Amino acid sequence: MSLLEIQGVSKRFGGLQALNRVSLHVSEGEILGLIGPNGAGKTTLFNVINGVYRPEEGRVIFRGQEITGRPPYEIARLGIARAHQIVRPLHELTVLENVMVGACFGRENRSLREAREIALAVLEQVGLAGKRDVEAARLNVAEKKRLELARALAARPYLILLDEVLAGLNPTEVATMLEVIRAIRASGITVLMIEHLMHAVMNISDRIVVLDYGEVIAEGTPQEIAHHPRVIEAYLGDPRLSQSLLEAHGG
Amino acid sequence: MWRSISWWFTFLVLLGAGLWPIASGSATGREDMFLILMLVTLASSLNILLGYTGYVNFGHIVFFGLGGYVGFYLMHRHGWSLGPAMIAGGLATAALALILGTIILRLRGAYFALATIGIHEAVRAFVANFEPFGGATGMSLNFAVYQAYGGAAQALWIAYGVLLVVTLLTVGISFAVKHSKFGLGLMAIREDEDAALVLGVRGPWAKTMAYALSALFPGMVGVLFFFKNGNIEPGDAFRLHLSIETLVMVMLGGQGTVWGPILGAALYERLRGYLLTSPLFKSLHLAFAGMLLLLIILFVPAGVIGWLRARFPATRRVIA
Repeated sequence: MSLLEIQGVSKRFGGLQALNRVSLHVSEGEILGLIGPNGAGKTTLFNVINGVYRPEEGRVIFRGQEITGRPPYEIARLGIARAHQIVRPLHELTVLENVMVGACFGRENRSLREAREIALAVLEQVGLAGKRDVEAARLNVAEKKRLELARALAARPYLILLDEVLAGLNPTEVATMLEVIRAIRASGITVLMIEHLMHAVMNISDRIVVLDYGEVIAEGTPQEIAHHPRVIEAYLGDPRLSQSLLEAHGG
Repeated sequence: MWRSISWWFTFLVLLGAGLWPIASGSATGREDMFLILMLVTLASSLNILLGYTGYVNFGHIVFFGLGGYVGFYLMHRHGWSLGPAMIAGGLATAALALILGTIILRLRGAYFALATIGIHEAVRAFVANFEPFGGATGMSLNFAVYQAYGGAAQALWIAYGVLLVVTLLTVGISFAVKHSKFGLGLMAIREDEDAALVLGVRGPWAKTMAYALSALFPGMVGVLFFFKNGNIEPGDAFRLHLSIETLVMVMLGGQGTVWGPILGAALYERLRGYLLTSPLFKSLHLAFAGMLLLLIILFVPAGVIGWLRARFPATRRVIA
């Protein structure tokens, strides 16, 4: 069953067509990878899904309910959580308080006391339990990424949007993060993730959708995507990425 | 809250300080303390918007003035007694903030701050031309009004007692907000409003409620102040510099903490008292306020309480 349906969504910024009639669906329980060259419109699509931007055309349907153009806080309460690409910790609040915000105002709308319990459990899950009383501003980048994830998880969403949570992590941290993402899926949360790290996304996704210049150019299993001529073409402009695409396929 | 050491500490210190003039029966002590409690209330209520939510309000005193006018009008023209008039004054300013908030809280940062100055000037101009409020000359209470409170002297003590209750209520609400889910949402907005929205904080609603709550108490205090004063006029009610001095108090003590505005108000009142009475600095106290604000922002942005809490973590248990 489709948890999220995006139907013909377009979004323009001045003369730039950031999204052009994008349609895709996310099935319940899957990990869907969203890839594409820089500027393809991936983050814009996330912003449309969680209500930061209102699309000019098209509809977003979540759990059978149209959510197009609803404000972000309503969408959060319906059960979509997000970890940002550029981390946005609430600097002067502690790590625990940051995560409590997620639990308090997320889908389950918990009381402060319950939120504290949930936050402690989630911090344990992402490996930040030892830093709970530290101000978020003092964390390093890898920890801030985990904090983003923890905050999103504490909301107990149906769908989590992960925007390049692996970027900037070293190989060990990437491996740990992939385990965390698998555990998230195992706990029943559907995952939609933007990722540039090709071997990781090929490895973890059930399905992949490729965006280029705001349009969906391919959709399929990781194997299908790696063979797809339009995908290879799209990435040819970026030798590093096309190389990693081929390597990922070979490995 | 009722099991919190820091709440009881705050409550008892304020209550003790507030009861001292009553116990000693000293009228000068009462006058000093009236001013301090009034400033504590103004600063603590400003802190709900400034310190917790991160929105700078240069027009906080507009609520003091307007609330004062509404209450004064009800007492003067309709013979209301102090209690109901005070509540009406507070509710009127909270309602005004509720309406204004839905409009101007769409603005952020410097634009919001500028809008608050605009509101202050607009309300002052309106009141100065509004005949029922006495226009530019304002209104004066008939001395006979105080007879209902057992004479003028007695009325001053009553106003003081009521102010003490309002101050305790304001600080109590400030404490409760800081330690509530609502407060956590406000602080999330302060730190990163867009991220807070994505996390599910109902930004527009939360900000408007914070603004209305911060407008309620100055409205009530305004009624008490002008009741005690006996007359009200636009120049007294809408003193823009008092808004800025209130900002200095909050920043001096430590924005975003419960104790910051209390300590900041008390310290600033003492400092101002000294400056106003010293022949050397007599007319320079506002220049000092400005300089103080600059120094705080540059060197101790967290204020006295913020500095203490960072330097001596043990103090956090008692000083909220």
